[in-house]
Amino acid sequence: MVAFMPSDDQKMIQDMARDFAVNEIRPKAHDCDENDAIPESVLQAGWDLGMVNAVIPAPYGGSGMERSAVTGALMCEELAWGDLSIAKALLAPALFAYPVMEFGTEKQKQKYLPRFCEQKFLRATGAVVEPAFDFDLSALKTRAEKKGAGYVLNGHKCLVPLGLSSELYMVWAALDGKPGYENVAGFIVEKGAAGLKLLEREKNMGLKALETAELKLENLEVPAENRLGGDQGCDFGRIASFSRVALAAMAAGVGRASMEYARQYAKDRVAFGEPIAHRQAIAFMLAEMAWEIDASRLMAWEAAWELDVKKPEAFKEAFLAKLYADQAVVFVTDCGVQILGGHGYIREHPVELWLRNGRGFATFEGTVIV
Amino acid sequence: MIEFELSDGQKNMQKMIHGLAAGLMRKWARWADDNEHKKVDEWVNFMWGALKGMGGGMGGMSKPKPAAEGEKKEKKPGSQNMQLAVMVEELSWGDGGLYLAMPFPGLGGAAVMAAGTPEQKERFLKRFTEGKPKWAGMAITEPGAGSDSAAISTTAVRDKDSWVLNGEKIFVTAGKSALDDSEGFIVVWATVDKSAGRAGIKSFIVEHGTPGMKVTKVEHKLGIRASDTAAVVFEDCRIPLSNILGDPEVKKGFRDVMATFDATRPMVAASAIGVARAALEEVQSQFKAAGVPVRYGVAANNLSAREKDLMMMEAQLKASRLLTWRASWMADAGIHNNMEASIAKAKTGRAVTWLTQKAVELLGPVGYSKKILVEKWLRDAKINDIFEGTGQINTLIVARRLLDYTRTELK
Repeated sequence: MVAFMPSDDQKMIQDMARDFAVNEIRPKAHDCDENDAIPESVLQAGWDLGMVNAVIPAPYGGSGMERSAVTGALMCEELAWGDLSIAKALLAPALFAYPVMEFGTEKQKQKYLPRFCEQKFLRATGAVVEPAFDFDLSALKTRAEKKGAGYVLNGHKCLVPLGLSSELYMVWAALDGKPGYENVAGFIVEKGAAGLKLLEREKNMGLKALETAELKLENLEVPAENRLGGDQGCDFGRIASFSRVALAAMAAGVGRASMEYARQYAKDRVAFGEPIAHRQAIAFMLAEMAWEIDASRLMAWEAAWELDVKKPEAFKEAFLAKLYADQAVVFVTDCGVQILGGHGYIREHPVELWLRNGRGFATFEGTVIV
Repeated sequence: MIEFELSDGQKNMQKMIHGLAAGLMRKWARWADDNEHKKVDEWVNFMWGALKGMGGGMGGMSKPKPAAEGEKKEKKPGSQNMQLAVMVEELSWGDGGLYLAMPFPGLGGAAVMAAGTPEQKERFLKRFTEGKPKWAGMAITEPGAGSDSAAISTTAVRDKDSWVLNGEKIFVTAGKSALDDSEGFIVVWATVDKSAGRAGIKSFIVEHGTPGMKVTKVEHKLGIRASDTAAVVFEDCRIPLSNILGDPEVKKGFRDVMATFDATRPMVAASAIGVARAALEEVQSQFKAAGVPVRYGVAANNLSAREKDLMMMEAQLKASRLLTWRASWMADAGIHNNMEASIAKAKTGRAVTWLTQKAVELLGPVGYSKKILVEKWLRDAKINDIFEGTGQINTLIVARRLLDYTRTELK
């Protein structure tokens, strides 16, 4: 069947995420961006709701809920609608946990997954983005070379969420520097590992509230048992696809925030004797914003569904969904600022924040996962 | 559920129509375009046989009937609109013009289906199940009234046992086929009281051969040349009283008639998607033959201009199709879809125009030549942003819904 209605269970999760976004995230978003910080209490509250660990199987301490990219997309859109930085912070631990959950050896699952089911928010993350203008998931420059039974990693990562304070890092590297998703391996690196150099906290155009770090890997030695999935490795293409649909859904959320805010502003703002929303130039911008957001959402849903049912085209579809959503959110958030005119340029209104965050999507590969 | 798997029945039907489109339709596509106003008998006769076999082709477009307040929805959601969306895409992939030139009830038939009395449905629709090929059309637009359909000035005056029509209609799809070339009919919007504005507009069914009605012109068009687009003049044209569409006792207003567009607009989008898909596939095939790599998964910044354009074409087409399926699914599920239907049409019209123009651009001189069909698909695709509500009108509808504004608040 072709259908567009979340199931009752999905609706419950969507509502939970929406309520959290409305009550816990959005009211704090502006101050968090201004102060470059997210209160710990927000992260703990999201953790308590099971945002990360609900899908961890029961034998490891989780709730054993079915993991679904579609459900994740529903949740991601709502959280990102609240605030992108906070959404990414809430879900950062999944960057480590979910690859382990899907591709880890039994030993890795038993060692690490229970830690994500404990009471306290566990700071963990994934390091994939690299600071070069031609950064490419299909051709990572971070290299992993065999050394004895283990590996040695060299490279440079950036935009690592919670990168300065994490206990656990999933570091992605190209085996022998070879290109191709099939040559990418994940390496479990613990805080304090020799060769893991945490550089200073980044300053970026957007995502200011989120602690992101640049880090260097200098002859970082990783034992064989810490390669994700052991000798079997993992399907990095699939992992990247889960990340892409999550980001496409988040882009829809950020876009929706911008459209809703601009719509209300346009209905309230009077110029030449009438609300500016009475003018086609403004009204048409809003209509286009709305359908680009809808299109992004549906693209994310379809790709997410294909991942869930393991269609062979899922990789391509996830890639196209993100390609689409990346440009749509730039268009939408730009319109959002434009509709507010001069006021859109001032940080008192959130539209400029959404523009700053929106522009990042094209770069944010692998910084969130469902 | 959120899912995207066509049913086996839908897939089988899609496959069957694809075969028909690839064979019969593509065979005649160029000839039909070069020979505007000539019928492709092989196509007409084949489709007529198929349609008659399917009970006259009225199993399709239905306006969603939402449950009344508090009434429990026992009815299982249908799939007719989705089915039709898939069929229309495939037929249009074959040829956008030949699809419209099919002998079938079309918009005229859909109006009778949606608003007709049981007697009218029998009288006007039965003909599609028997005899020789027939067409039906819908006549709304006039020289002075296109987007502003409430401003039509064709009049219908009651005179004893007849309605008398006076006026001129233009851009009637299949108008000549319906009135001159077959025992068909057209549905005509006319006003019984101009001073009443919208409230005075009613629909009337006019049979082929009715005295006082004449097809005065068939247009020469940019595309969809296989489909005849006619001008029809009414001079004291008398029709039976019983030819006013629907029960005259039932107050069926302008808004109700406009609501049938909620069902038909997604179908126009579906047709556009078929034409655009043909263009996309041609570019993909040419690139493949020339060994141009298309590397999904490579960072967007590192893709060649060709790859990026091709992938965006693919993405825009998917986005359009998903929005169209959403509107169709809503119609099947009985969910009010006025905004979503207009979103599907507005977005798709724009995306498909861009995509088909891109296809010609990417193929350079090869795309510009009539040796292949891509230039024709650009010309065929363009109409979808225009008829059944221009992209601008549909955007206006979307904006009004989004802003919760009336016609006077947002013009």
